[in-house]
Order: sequence, then structure tokens, then C-alpha cells
Amino acid sequence: MLEPQDRIRFEQLVLPHLNSAANLARWLLRNRADSEDVVQESMLRAYRFFHRFYGGDARAWLLQIVRNTCYTWLEKNRPAELMTEFNEEVHHLSSANPETLVSQSADRERLKRALESLPIRAREVLVLRELEGYSYKEIAEIAAIPIGTVMSTLARARGRLQQILTAGAAKEAS
Amino acid sequence: MKCELAGTTVHAYFDGELDAIRSAEFEVHADNCAECQAQLKALGIIRKQIKENDLFERASLQLAKRVHTQISQDGNESPDRFLRPQKVVLISSLAVVAATVISFAILFFIFQSHSQSSRVTVALLDAHVRSLQSGHLTDILSTDQHTVKPWFDGKLDFIPPVTDFSQQGFPLIGGRLDVIDGHNAAALAYGRRKHIINLFVWLQRAHDESLSSSGSQQGYNWLRWQSNHMEFCLVSDTSDEDLRTLKDFIRQQSH
Repeated sequence: MLEPQDRIRFEQLVLPHLNSAANLARWLLRNRADSEDVVQESMLRAYRFFHRFYGGDARAWLLQIVRNTCYTWLEKNRPAELMTEFNEEVHHLSSANPETLVSQSADRERLKRALESLPIRAREVLVLRELEGYSYKEIAEIAAIPIGTVMSTLARARGRLQQILTAGAAKEAS
Repeated sequence: MKCELAGTTVHAYFDGELDAIRSAEFEVHADNCAECQAQLKALGIIRKQIKENDLFERASLQLAKRVHTQISQDGNESPDRFLRPQKVVLISSLAVVAATVISFAILFFIFQSHSQSSRVTVALLDAHVRSLQSGHLTDILSTDQHTVKPWFDGKLDFIPPVTDFSQQGFPLIGGRLDVIDGHNAAALAYGRRKHIINLFVWLQRAHDESLSSSGSQQGYNWLRWQSNHMEFCLVSDTSDEDLRTLKDFIRQQSH
């Protein structure tokens, strides 16, 4: 399908980011089997549309495809999940005491559950920021949202995460 | 009391997204704002917890295999057929399953070794380009091989051959340490007219295949070979012919 040299380029530029693709899909779909199917489909799409990759950050290019494939998959299979947005009351950051956060032993399982409980767009932005290290501008491009939205979503996501973790810690302390 | 910045700007500041002026302005504000200070502290804690708990979900080996196989088959199949391969397996005869497994294994093996060598090539090209950025070319700047060679002593677990080829038109510029694909490597810089040639030398791993190879990518030529349990690679924007000439000199010296 691709010319041999394009295929080598694909293997060198895109395939090394399979872990990032798997990571994003896993957090967006919250299920291993589904996310693996979607990653596989995304890789195939990336392969087929590789001639449209004009250089730049291959990881971001791939993640954009993964992200879109995830949303398409959700629309078809779990449309309700795309409706979840933040409730108004959690728009404000809790003025949580950072000491409470420190004192709790944030085990992986709890942190994972907290992150998974966030609305999908918040999860997406947070994963791109904290696990992939992308700047607001890059996140805006991958997720196709304005930079201002990246910041406000991130602020809400972190506030919510903080709230959940602090609540968990308080429950444990009592 | 609710500080407006504590819900917005503090995040941009924390993520390094503010320009110098706005960043300085925020710092002045934060000095007197307990809320922003607490918020910054909390953000740091959350980031640290996310890092420490390693929430990054890597691709499983099985997924990697599925993807590699699919690409190896040139992506000719429709994606739906690959979703839920269990279904496909169910309707396949036992013979087909066995054949598929064997070919998967072979393709995966071929792909693995191929992608490893191409990954190393990319790492070498990157290291070459990085070395050309100002001040990165040499850790030890000397045209004297008797100065450069002892400098590596104790820094690596092998002794790279260091020879000045000024007479032959490839003057030694200096040496430095580099990391190629997770392994410590010696890097020697040679001049060739107005071009720079990097020679990377690292220890051959037991399972490395002895492959001599050469190629060109993004305008750079590279030439790779093995000798005395060491891997050698020349990278430069100079001609392929120059690289082969230098390789011959190096090989003559180390034998």
C-alpha cells in the first residue's frame, strides 16, 4: 500500500509512539479490550493516511487520530459518556488544604479511579498534559479545542481531582 | 475570600505557559496571596503523585503484535475484520490458526529486529544533529589522539580506537560521551573539508546481529559496521564516499 521507503518512515516515526497511543485510548475508553481494538484501528488509519503527514510531531499527529477514533467509537458504542460534563458546583476549585493531600498515601488504584471518574474531556486534557507533557497549544491542536478551553478544562479537572483525593483522604482519616 | 487567579492563572503559571512579564506579575501577586500559594502547592503534589504512581498505560505485547502483524500485511484488510480477532479465530479451521500463529511469530520477529536497527539509526542521526548545535560537539577538544584516547579511560567500559587522520584529510577535532539507544557511546568528531563527521562507537550486545549497513536520511549519510565486539557508525552530511574512505582508515588502524 505504502511505498517501501514510506513504510520504513512510518515504522521509524509513528510506530515508536504505540505506547502513547495505547495510553490515551486506555484513559479515554477506560477498558483494555476496547482500547486495544481502537488503537489497532487507529494505527491502521495512521498507516493509510501517512501520505498526509507532512512532518512535525509524529506523536501528536498519531494521538490526534487515536483521539478521533476513540470519540467515533464512543459515539457508536457508549454515546452517554460523551454527554458527561462538569456539574456547576464543581466548577470552583475546592480550597482544599494541601496538607490533607500530602498526608494521604495516594496509591495507584485510588488515583486511577479518581482520574477515571472525570468527564472524558477533562481526562483527555489532563492525560495529554500530565502523562504526555504537551503544552496548551499542542493540546489545543490534538483535541481540536481553543487554548482558553484547554486551560479552563485543566483547571476544572485538577480541582475535581483534588476534591476527590481530599475527600478520600478525609474518609480514611475519620 | 476567593482569589480569581487561583482558579485560572495559577494553572498557566504552574504549567509554564505564561510569558516572562505575566509570570513575574503573577509571582508578585502570589507572594501576598495565601490562596494561590496553597493552590500551587496542591498542584505540585498532584503532579508528583501522578508521576510517582506511573499512570502511563503502555501497549501490551499482544497489542504490539496485532499492530505489527497488521502493518506487515500491508494494511490491506479492512479495519473491521481486525476488531475482535476472536471472532475470526472462531470461524477459522485449526490449520489456519496454526499457520497464522507461525507467520505472526515470524513476522513479529522480523519486525522486531528491523525496528530495533532503524531505531538505532534514528538515535544516531539525532545524536549527530544535536552535536552540531553550538557547544555540543566535543567534551574534550583536542586534535591529539594521545590526549583524546586517555580522556575516555574510566568513562566507558571499553576503549574506543582513537586515531587522528589529518594526513589523510580527516583531522580529529575531539571527543565526547553520548548515549545511543540507552547505551553509553564514545563519539569522535572528525573534520572533512567544511563538514563534520561523527564517529559513534559503542559496545556490541550479544544478541545484536552483525549487520553492516549504510543509508541516507534527511540529507545525512550513515555507515555502520562491527569490529572487535564494538559497533561503529559514521554520520555526516558529507558524501557517502568520504565515509567509506574514513571507514577503511579506521579499520586499518584497529587491526
